[in-house]
Amino acid sequence: MAESPTDVLLKGDSGRNTRGLLRFIILATIAAAAVSSRLFSVIRFESIIHEFDPWFNFRATKYLVQNGFYSFWDWFDDRTWHPLGRVTGGTLYPGLMVTSGVIYHVLRFLTFPVDIRNICVLLAPGFSGLTALAMYFLTCEVSPSPSAGLLAAAFMGIVPGYISRSVAGSYDNEAIAIFLLVFTFFLWIKAIKNGSIMWGALAALFYGYMVSAWGGYVFITNLIPLHVFVLLCMGRYSSRVYISYTTWYALGTLASMQIPFVGFLPIRNSDHMSALGVFGLLQLVAFADFVRGFVPGKHFQRLLTTMVILVFGIAFLGLVLLSVSGVIAPWSGRFYSLWDTGYAKIHIPIIASVSEHQPTAWPAFFFDLNFLIWLFPAGVYMCFRDLKDEHVFVIIYSVLASYFAGVMVRLMLTLTPIVCVASALALSSILDTYVFASNGPNPRSKANDDTPSEGLRSARKPEVGITSYLSKAFMLTSVVIYLILFVAHCTWVTSNAYSSPSVVLASRMPDGSQHIIDDYREAYYWLRQNTEHNAKIMSWWDYGYQIGGMADRPTLVDNNTWNNTHIATVGKAMSSREEVSYPILRQHDVDYVLVVFGGLLGYSGDDINKFLWMVRIAEGIWPDEVSERDYFTARGEYRVDDGATPTMRNSLMYKMSYYNYNSLFQPGQAVDRVRGTKLPMEGPQLSTLEEAFTSENWIIRIYKVKDLDNLGRDHGNAMAFDKGHKRKRATKRKGPRVLRTE
Amino acid sequence: MAPKRTPAAASSAAASGSSGPVSAPSPQTTAAPSSLSSGPKTLTTNSSIFDIAHTVWQQYLATTPQRTLLLDAFMAFLVLVGGVQFVYCVLAGNYPFNAFLSGFSAAVGQFVLTASLRMQTSSPSSSTTSGEEGAFADYVFGSLILHFFCINFIN
Repeated sequence: MAESPTDVLLKGDSGRNTRGLLRFIILATIAAAAVSSRLFSVIRFESIIHEFDPWFNFRATKYLVQNGFYSFWDWFDDRTWHPLGRVTGGTLYPGLMVTSGVIYHVLRFLTFPVDIRNICVLLAPGFSGLTALAMYFLTCEVSPSPSAGLLAAAFMGIVPGYISRSVAGSYDNEAIAIFLLVFTFFLWIKAIKNGSIMWGALAALFYGYMVSAWGGYVFITNLIPLHVFVLLCMGRYSSRVYISYTTWYALGTLASMQIPFVGFLPIRNSDHMSALGVFGLLQLVAFADFVRGFVPGKHFQRLLTTMVILVFGIAFLGLVLLSVSGVIAPWSGRFYSLWDTGYAKIHIPIIASVSEHQPTAWPAFFFDLNFLIWLFPAGVYMCFRDLKDEHVFVIIYSVLASYFAGVMVRLMLTLTPIVCVASALALSSILDTYVFASNGPNPRSKANDDTPSEGLRSARKPEVGITSYLSKAFMLTSVVIYLILFVAHCTWVTSNAYSSPSVVLASRMPDGSQHIIDDYREAYYWLRQNTEHNAKIMSWWDYGYQIGGMADRPTLVDNNTWNNTHIATVGKAMSSREEVSYPILRQHDVDYVLVVFGGLLGYSGDDINKFLWMVRIAEGIWPDEVSERDYFTARGEYRVDDGATPTMRNSLMYKMSYYNYNSLFQPGQAVDRVRGTKLPMEGPQLSTLEEAFTSENWIIRIYKVKDLDNLGRDHGNAMAFDKGHKRKRATKRKGPRVLRTE
Repeated sequence: MAPKRTPAAASSAAASGSSGPVSAPSPQTTAAPSSLSSGPKTLTTNSSIFDIAHTVWQQYLATTPQRTLLLDAFMAFLVLVGGVQFVYCVLAGNYPFNAFLSGFSAAVGQFVLTASLRMQTSSPSSSTTSGEEGAFADYVFGSLILHFFCINFIN
């Protein structure tokens, strides 16, 4: 199909320029596609921050922009974790906030009057364009084929596994961290190929940026040493390895220690010890390699044996000493849960309760990666065929990331880049094989400039094998169909699964028009308008960040789950009887309690469904006061209807969820649409709390904690008296109730 | 034993000896093995570790060019500095741990960078792309970053 005018453009010097220009245009288009496919949520809903964690990041960014960098660094936040507070400046990864702060100030300097919220909303799509670019560079380092890089960039731009964390509005650490991850790996491969200090130092700089942005930096910290270690084991030690690794480690470790939250971890935490170990090992190997230049083989062996024994003895002694004296911290819990998938459920319910920490379901792989997932092994196999240093890296990365992605849903994110690389390798080799097999070099060019006998052979040959037009057309068509299906799948997944802000819900009316359910913001705005500025709100920790961000009220617990006991306290208050809960609420100065209830609308992410986690976490701290078994019926069912256990029906959470719910329905007809059950005839009675606000669709219910009774009665009696139930007074035999102190 | 060792030493001189620009001392290095073989120490198959180590030392002194020796002296100094800091930390406590860490890692980092520079400049067989000037520019770049972080970390 290449006729003379295109030949002029595609061959020789001008051809190179044309191809460069084309490549640039293609990359720009890919970046544009990556950005625009993430804008579904902005178009459907509005420019709003999504989900939970982003609300904290947004709040922190606003604080940074308003108060400047230094006060952000020293920020002590007394409006979260009441009454403890949180040293926010020292316990967050500041990379994200600082990045958007810098963008904000640059744009302001260029006199663009842009709102910080819009920067935060659009940061993730913007960086996804950069990720596609970084992906192109990374793949070009791995593969000689120019098409592989472009394919990988295109895959990375729209693959749902990455979009899931980077749609507009999901202002989370991963938004920039994946770009940094890919770019650090690109720099690392560049460094190990060139063996230059500069690339190693650049890799270390971006590694430092990555550390400042996301806790997942530990993945890099362990992957790069592993790569080096495998190279050493393969007998591939060279000065390039030494230069790039030691430069990266020395500078990268220092860079990572600049972040207050990381601090001395790289020295103390076992997660980082492999990097240190490989660093030491590499010094020894380098020294041995240096000495080997001076002595003949046999003597070198003896020298080496002595050295090895000596060094291992010292290292072992040192390790034992350090472990005994407790200088080196044990492995962190999240790390254990990576290896033993049951660990978290037994030991740290707080980690297991997060849905993104659950093991991945098999369909999720196909859902998130579509046809890349079956091209992926082929690409890895192709890395084995010419096993250069960078291919070893791809192989190690894919093996490790596959495992981790199977353990935790959210680590699918780290698998996605390498899947894009590997499948781009596979696909580009298919395309190269079939497109170039006959068109250019093989038969025709030979026929043109060689002897007639060759021409004869080529005239005979093209009809068979892969060079025939039929097979080419077949292969290319199928590849194109797969690619089109991929694009269609990605668009569908992005628009349907990943573009919901989860702060604003959407549903369809019977006539097909969209109906926006905005209960969250309604309720948070009510809090902002109608409560005192320092009113303490208790809710389950999922909503802590949103209350802090949207309602601007102090919370007891939030999504930064650093204090398990405090969360368990809230869990206990939610899952106990009113008589037990009320003292807890009083002790923590709680003014309002917020629960999420989806029973009216059929919104399944509500607190009753999360309730068992509250019970479990509370049970972890107070095993003899809260017991998970009590919330199940004798037959082991979790029920909210007539068959619910007394413990369940007396728990504060149950009461708050269903309080007054009966009044919406005919008597005896109250239905919970999430659990799909009919509720008891008589609704629960609350005596220590009073309903303050219920949102339009009943998703959010806010209760005010009553003050102590003026006459010193307990609230049950006061309620009974107000209602005129004189009989109930007879039950008061136990004397005045006192505040429970723990 | 002596004839067996001479080719080994010559090859080692070629492998880890002078690079292109530093070709001036290379006549010396070819002369060195003969002077060594006339020395008192000859390595037998079961000579002790110390003998071997001593031979290595002699070889090293004889075959390394002046500029590389300078780098090596600097590296030895850095090892000394790092060692002293470490011993101080063990004996006198690590109270300003930031300061200790930044001092120690400055020594380690500089050592590592210098070793890299030495590898890039002294062995022609290394497959690094940049020349000597490039290697030195890289070295300066790396050192600048290193010391920036150290000073920032020292509190």
